[in-house]
Amino acid sequence: MTSGDDVVRVRQLVRSKAQSIRLSLVDQTKLVTAASELARNTLVHGGSGSARIEVVQRGGRSGIRAVFSDTGPGIADLDLALTPGWTSGGGLGLGLSGAKRLVDEFDIDTEVGRGTSVAITKWSR
Amino acid sequence: MTQQVPVLRLGDALLVSIQVDLQDDDVLALQEELAERIVSTGARGVIIDISAVDIVDSFIGRMFSSIAALSRVLDAETVVVGMRPAVAITLVELGLSLEGVRTALDLEKGRAILDRLIAERRPAHDLDYLDDDADYVPLDDPAGERARPDPSRR
Repeated sequence: MTSGDDVVRVRQLVRSKAQSIRLSLVDQTKLVTAASELARNTLVHGGSGSARIEVVQRGGRSGIRAVFSDTGPGIADLDLALTPGWTSGGGLGLGLSGAKRLVDEFDIDTEVGRGTSVAITKWSR
Repeated sequence: MTQQVPVLRLGDALLVSIQVDLQDDDVLALQEELAERIVSTGARGVIIDISAVDIVDSFIGRMFSSIAALSRVLDAETVVVGMRPAVAITLVELGLSLEGVRTALDLEKGRAILDRLIAERRPAHDLDYLDDDADYVPLDDPAGERARPDPSRR
């Protein structure tokens, strides 16, 4: 991902994958919204990065897993970054905290100077 | 603007119908264009139709708040209409409050809200309104015990 157009492409890809496993419309919307926040974060904070979207299976259930990775500056204070309303830039501070609330699983791996990787999963019901 | 969002006239209001998946730069361009069009047309209201929009994330949500705030400064009101139920559920869970943004279920209700908001704004622009013959009650004399001004003597 290098531009705003890529964020739109990520949203469309996540939407089509979510439809393929028949996530409910509300769950699709939550997942796509979370992906949009994280894809934007990757661009804004990481400069550029990648998104990987895949269908996963566990215990007879299907889910969509999306991983957003960048090699940017990393996050020094993760607790602070996950606080709703706290922002490092001019945003609303809802990117990370909001995305976390919208999905079933949320894992973040970050190291100052090395970059950040955020993985989210939404399971079918 | 890399993707055009048409801005249409609807009486004394501007109508924006978002039909495509907007990237952030398009969102910012739309915000600027609306500000310019409010000034150039003297529009009193803006209706943003999002019935075709399948997600509202924090960026586009912030744009709604910005347009509402900036239209108010430019003497106009903004109403966002047609939000899909799944989008509303997601917005609330995301924690986005759409501060200062009026919403309506559809275009017709949005137009009605706009008409009311515009009408409420009128008196503030109409310096003659203090001379209206309509009854008024002084705050320090609610029972009207002091003599009321006599309209016939003006």
